[in-house]
Amino acid sequence: MATPIRNAFDPGFGVYVHWPFCLSKCPYCDFNSHVRRGDVDEDRFVEAFSVELAHRAALTPGREVRSIFFGGGTPSLMSPSTAEAILSQISTHWTLAKDCEITLEANPTSVEASRFKGFKAAGVNRVSLGLQALNDIDLRALGRQHSVAEALMALDVANSVFERTSFDLIYGRSGQTPAAWRKELELALARAPEHISLYQLTIEPDTMFERMVNAGKMALPDANVQRALWDVTQEVTARAGLLAYEVSNHARPGAECRHNLVYWRYGEYVGVGPGAHGRIVTPRGRRAQAAERHPEMWLTCVETEGHGLIEDELLSSEQEGDEFLLMGLRLREGLDPQRYFLLTGKRLSQSRISELIGDGLVEFTRENKLRVSSEGFPVLDAVVADLAA
Amino acid sequence: MTAHKIENIRNFSIVAHIDHGKSTLADRLIQETGTLAAREMVEQVLDSMDIERERGITIKAQTVRLNYKAKDGKDYVLNLMDTPGHVDFAYEVSRSLKACEGSLLVVDASQGVEAQTLANVYQAIDAGHEIVPVLNKIDLPAAEPERIKEQIEEVIGLDASDAVLISAKTGLGIPDVLEAIVTRLPPPSGDEKAPLKALLVDSWYDAYLGVVVLVRIFDGTLKKGQKIKMMATDAHYEIDKIGVFRPKMQDVASLGPGEVGFITAQIKQVADTRVGDTITDDKKPTAEPLPGFKPAQPVVFCGLFPVDAADFEDLRAAIGKLRLNDASFSYEMETSAALGFGFRCGFLGLLHLEIIQERLQREFDLDLIATAPSVIYKITLTNGDEIELHNPADMPDVVKIEEIKEPWIRATILTPDEFLGSVLKLCQDRRGVQVDLNYVGKRAMAVYDLPLNEVVFDFYDRLKSISKGYASFDYQLTDYRAGDLVKMSILVNAEPVDALSMLVHRSRAEGRGRQMCEKLKELIPPHMFQVPIQAALGGKIIARETVRAFRKDVTAKCYGGDVTRKRKLLEKQKEGKKKMRQFGRVEIPQEAFIAALKMEE
Repeated sequence: MATPIRNAFDPGFGVYVHWPFCLSKCPYCDFNSHVRRGDVDEDRFVEAFSVELAHRAALTPGREVRSIFFGGGTPSLMSPSTAEAILSQISTHWTLAKDCEITLEANPTSVEASRFKGFKAAGVNRVSLGLQALNDIDLRALGRQHSVAEALMALDVANSVFERTSFDLIYGRSGQTPAAWRKELELALARAPEHISLYQLTIEPDTMFERMVNAGKMALPDANVQRALWDVTQEVTARAGLLAYEVSNHARPGAECRHNLVYWRYGEYVGVGPGAHGRIVTPRGRRAQAAERHPEMWLTCVETEGHGLIEDELLSSEQEGDEFLLMGLRLREGLDPQRYFLLTGKRLSQSRISELIGDGLVEFTRENKLRVSSEGFPVLDAVVADLAA
Repeated sequence: MTAHKIENIRNFSIVAHIDHGKSTLADRLIQETGTLAAREMVEQVLDSMDIERERGITIKAQTVRLNYKAKDGKDYVLNLMDTPGHVDFAYEVSRSLKACEGSLLVVDASQGVEAQTLANVYQAIDAGHEIVPVLNKIDLPAAEPERIKEQIEEVIGLDASDAVLISAKTGLGIPDVLEAIVTRLPPPSGDEKAPLKALLVDSWYDAYLGVVVLVRIFDGTLKKGQKIKMMATDAHYEIDKIGVFRPKMQDVASLGPGEVGFITAQIKQVADTRVGDTITDDKKPTAEPLPGFKPAQPVVFCGLFPVDAADFEDLRAAIGKLRLNDASFSYEMETSAALGFGFRCGFLGLLHLEIIQERLQREFDLDLIATAPSVIYKITLTNGDEIELHNPADMPDVVKIEEIKEPWIRATILTPDEFLGSVLKLCQDRRGVQVDLNYVGKRAMAVYDLPLNEVVFDFYDRLKSISKGYASFDYQLTDYRAGDLVKMSILVNAEPVDALSMLVHRSRAEGRGRQMCEKLKELIPPHMFQVPIQAALGGKIIARETVRAFRKDVTAKCYGGDVTRKRKLLEKQKEGKKKMRQFGRVEIPQEAFIAALKMEE
């Protein structure tokens, strides 16, 4: 039996569960989500999830599960009993850490809020609500089904049911000014969340927004306004004590999303469900896995082949190094250059680092970790490209 | 096949503006005379290089022999000589024209006479040609043959009343063209008994035959096995093979006076042959060579570097091969701090430069960076030494320089009156000195002395653009004159980029520097930091622009399911960076070099 690789840099092990259905497709979303008219056969999915979990568990024996994340799509649309069945399968294959974080993404509608108690009973201990905006006009433009009032109500319910909640907002919306965003963000922070994700709107390929932008029917704020919106975001969250521990994620110390930290610290995770990705370390090396995206096709795959993977590739050390940089530098805590060396057998270019330090874009922490500075974060992709080259 | 009766030979070229149908007419004549079977025809038979077909220009002279039985019942031999049509190849054109007695002047029946036609037809007239005007595209609804005939008479001063009306596309009137060639163009003259006197019209390298030489016999006879002498180079050869183009090579036993054909003679490289040289019999040479021979003289220089330094050896091999076929460019190795190893090459002109560059990229699949074109400067040092400067990067320290001389040209520009103002302004702006201003028909003719370094950049392009393509331009090198020339350096992020440095006249330095900085500002992508771009004379900054740092470049969402896609993006980015040139910390895409050096105003 393979022995799990453990070293001083072990960032833990997580399980990602993808629920691929939504009530409607949002115009900005490029996630693997699908709208179904009739009911979804949840029993059939539960069965397929358990086959997938058994398949991944065989590849990752002996791990302790630090976190589980139900993402989507809209996992709050599944019935709590489905979540419960999946969680029970997970605990038959691996040991769950005592403080295992179990997050569920949810839409802030009254229908879904009414099921929060059920999810809690199933074992979920954290919800992440897709509020996206606190302004009804923008909510409609973003294709959301809820109103501001309904969303805030759902947030209150979530806060009363779960120990931990988080919510998402999207900024950099068409016509949004820094002043308007400041107001909206202050309104959000007045609910005293422990964690908040603030995403700059990105036009993704093959989305409705992309078509609108290409057709000239929608315009995003220009680079200077985008930068001003970013600056407002940093300033307002910092003042509220919500530290930017990652590019788009802010939390009170200790309230960071542990599951996402596994990704950014380049730990191991298995992904089950349509289109789910995984990174697992086997004796042959780190494998990048991805499952069939189409839900019904995925079901068929799992049922006939025993798993839904359509990609299972061994990463080269250079690819591992790239991914480590790409993910690790997103964190305020930075990354350990020594681990880059262990992964790739190469050292990061000292001269490039010195130049970037000279530009004020990166810095070394007292623990000798390399991290991006506040000035570096808004241009992180260029910093990563520079270090990876 | 023996030599033909001289009175039954006609040698002619076709003068036409691009797109007026020269190649199509040539194709039709080849077809009509049955020289090639229909299945062998491709379009533009004579333009054999891809570049020639695409650009509609002819780079190498080509010839085809057509056999034609005329209405008078006699068999004629017609030699069609296809000539290059650009000012860079003016000398080559003059040699090709010298090989003919007449020209067809092809004019589009709706568009009329254009500048290029004018320059070329005057060259043909100067060469003593009989001219037959041919109006093409008369099948088009917009055709106005009567108006165009008048225009030809007015502008060129040629009688166009019996112009041949044709449509090369449909084949209409082609037999009339053949009859006109026979009846209206004079036969060549020459003495069969006199010592051999033949013109070396052009030469090229053939992979199977070695160097093939295109010749026109004036006196005497050329036979297989004959020992010959090239008079300018004093090289001796024995003729291996002798033949004509139909348009494929066909051997003949001999060539007599008035005939056009090719020879091969164990000549190793094209550089051993000189266009315009006189070929004569080794034992019984002619007393006087043909007049007008000039050795090829490169006038424009630039550095050519491989984008990927690892391709240097490939570039060396490719340049060597091209040189086999084109002796008119020169090359020597060069090293640049910015661009690595490459070659400094000399060309006949800017088009020639572009063609060589394009052929290297296309036929040899090389990615190249070309540096700013420059001319040869003559520098007198304070110690009295005189040196020739081919490359601005090699300029000696200013304190050691007594005087810099630059080459000047005499340019003749013909333009419709309405553009004269802009043309004169362009010449003035380029430090031109007016020599003459006159009218030729309805066109103005401006003669200017101009420094060549003001012309090598983009003078021709500018002239074409301000005159809507109507002005024509011809030049010859005249002399070297002292000038207040300074070396302008371009600094990117405070690092000098040697490939972009150039010699300019002090009065033009600031403008040129500003242009260069503005252009580079558009071409250098934003970095994480501001990138200053400066033009400097010595230590003095004369122009400056800044490429702003980007303000925002960060992926908002990157979770477990995104990392594969983001990694692949990063891999692409890394691949792209390899194609950039690193100057200090700044990455400059190779297109930036090419674009920066092609300046517009």
